[in-house]
Amino acid sequence: MTSLIAGGVDCDVHPAVPHLTSLLPYLNDYWRDQVTTRGMVDLISQSYPKNSPITAREDWRPDAGKPGSSLEDMQRHVLDPFAVGHAICNPLYGVQMVFSEDMQAAFCRALNDWLAKEWLDRDTRLRGSIVIPTQSIEKAVAEIERCAQDRRFVQVLMLVMGDTPLGKRALWPIYAAAERLDLAIGVHAGSAYHNPPTSVGWGSYHIEDYVGQAQAFQTQLTSLIVEGVFARHPRLKMVMLESGISWLPPYLWRLHKFWRGVRMETPWVDRAPLEIVRSNIRFSLQPFDAPPEPETLIRLFDHMQSDELVLFSTDYPHWQFDGQDALPEGLSPDLVRKIMIDNPHATYPRLT
Amino acid sequence: MNIQFRESSEAASPLTAKAAIADCDIHPARATRTELYPYLAKRWQHHLEIYGVHAYQGMMEGPPYPKAQPNASRRDAYPPEGGPQGSSLSFMQKQHLDPNNVQLGVLNPLNTGQGIRNHELSAALCSAINDWQIDKWTSKDKRLRASIVVGNEDGLSAAAEIRERAGDKNFVQVLLLSRNVEPLGQRRYWPIYQAAEEAGLPVGVHAFGFGGNPITPSGWPSYYIEEMVGHSQCQQSALASLVLEGVFERFPKLKMVMIEAGFGWAPSLAWRLDKVWQRLRSEVPHVKRPPSEYIREQVWWTTQPMEDPERREDLFDVIKWIGWDRLLFATDYPHWDYDEPSRVLPPGVSETNREAFYRDNARKLYGIN
Repeated sequence: MTSLIAGGVDCDVHPAVPHLTSLLPYLNDYWRDQVTTRGMVDLISQSYPKNSPITAREDWRPDAGKPGSSLEDMQRHVLDPFAVGHAICNPLYGVQMVFSEDMQAAFCRALNDWLAKEWLDRDTRLRGSIVIPTQSIEKAVAEIERCAQDRRFVQVLMLVMGDTPLGKRALWPIYAAAERLDLAIGVHAGSAYHNPPTSVGWGSYHIEDYVGQAQAFQTQLTSLIVEGVFARHPRLKMVMLESGISWLPPYLWRLHKFWRGVRMETPWVDRAPLEIVRSNIRFSLQPFDAPPEPETLIRLFDHMQSDELVLFSTDYPHWQFDGQDALPEGLSPDLVRKIMIDNPHATYPRLT
Repeated sequence: MNIQFRESSEAASPLTAKAAIADCDIHPARATRTELYPYLAKRWQHHLEIYGVHAYQGMMEGPPYPKAQPNASRRDAYPPEGGPQGSSLSFMQKQHLDPNNVQLGVLNPLNTGQGIRNHELSAALCSAINDWQIDKWTSKDKRLRASIVVGNEDGLSAAAEIRERAGDKNFVQVLLLSRNVEPLGQRRYWPIYQAAEEAGLPVGVHAFGFGGNPITPSGWPSYYIEEMVGHSQCQQSALASLVLEGVFERFPKLKMVMIEAGFGWAPSLAWRLDKVWQRLRSEVPHVKRPPSEYIREQVWWTTQPMEDPERREDLFDVIKWIGWDRLLFATDYPHWDYDEPSRVLPPGVSETNREAFYRDNARKLYGIN
């Protein structure tokens, strides 16, 4: 296996909210009352059914409760054995699925406060992502500004499948706030299920939804690039989390070809898409969709023509690899250093 | 493409002069709005005049994302006698089939009866298009072969149309589009695969179509380029659905051709499917083998629009991972993003691979000598 190095940054770990009732202490009287009076149930997304094999590695699965719901487990499974300097917490609690902007805002606020108090306060290696109520841009920006006062929040978190494509202009105040406050925008696998989870409709199976995450990321990259987000916000970094990476080079070859053909449609895109990706877009390492042979892997990294795109991640507690084999075979020590340390620090200015 | 997009001419891997090629994606068009009427019952002619086609999209005429050029076609492809690009056989012969020495040209008509909400009208229009392909094209030029267009949302009537045409040498495949009401692996489409397998015809899945679903899983994007690039994501999801619903397992002799949606995505998709299947196969016990095996055995890809890496030789890695025996050359004539036959492959391809790529894979798949 490729050797890990100590002091790396794990850019994608998932602390789990044990239950909606765990957020009650972080809700105001009105919302606490709403949750209890209306008998609201736990917000578990179909993207990650609790007992699905992909949702947790067998040896990372607790005897009781949700995988990822215990800090001690996370320390024992990841933070200590991988000797990480920092781990960035991306909560995947299903708050994006609700339709009311008021309810979503209340739940996001509670989730962010819960993360700070129950995780960040208890292990200094941990950093957080701000979950935002995208049903309301105004409330999303307010939540970013509120949480950003805590420097341990290093990123804003959005789902890859939401209500609108991520490049849409209506969302830009979110990007302006993130750029201004030195926060990256993390785009994580998962759907609010407000649209069919594939661009050809609803599939039958969980496995189909999961495979489809990669295609969803592709459509979002197109949207972000051609709408001109990075022409307006050149300092903004966006991180595709749990996206897969091996699709990237051929995807860019296609996008580049069409951009050259029809760029008159989007004249504000003044740089080639692949240059925009190299300067503004990053990808978490896991899952790495490639065969195990190092020679294929080396070709794939060569196709990327950059050693700055990939950020180390374990995707804890999701099952992407076994044992300590988070790094695919065949990576050079220099590339490992870039992936584990240099690239994350260049992406997240608040990581110190 | 007929838009220059490299700064200067560069070395290509040209065919020896006039080597015969197969073009597996040619789009024949109607010269006039009513050209299909002789093939339609009076009832449907009236219906079209009064109600139009009532598609799974809002525009009465034209596409919701305006194309980059009229009819998405080459500006130099208007026939001298009038009519839209691709509507004249004699001009297609003069501009494309003769100079490029096209030995086999597979016709894939678009704007047919597919993607229409009235399924009876859909079936009638598809049947009309199939008759029209014979009359106007394949009976007049033996190099051309037609695709059986079927009413995609009604599997039973589609299967009936396939059975009616089975054995007719004018037709070499069944044609579907990638975007439908549901992903293509769903059961409503299985009668199509069953009939195609029985008839020994490959099923081509061409990019485009309308099924009412936003072209991203986050809703409708803004631009034509997003729709164009997005066809590749639609195709990936359609293929994943075919594999994961067990279509290839159930119809082991079925062959499918992914048309005009690129092929560079295929290795990554197959690796991802395999990896996830190892973990989640208990959900889909009907998928008995690693997904990549079904794909390797039962799927082909047309080449246009070829992905265009900065370092063109990177393409060879991808082709090697897919298999040189699985690509079918296509130009997409008369569309604007036409791939020029002499320029699509960089230098350094063996004679055998070049011939397979340009001609022999298609001959073998479509059973044309």
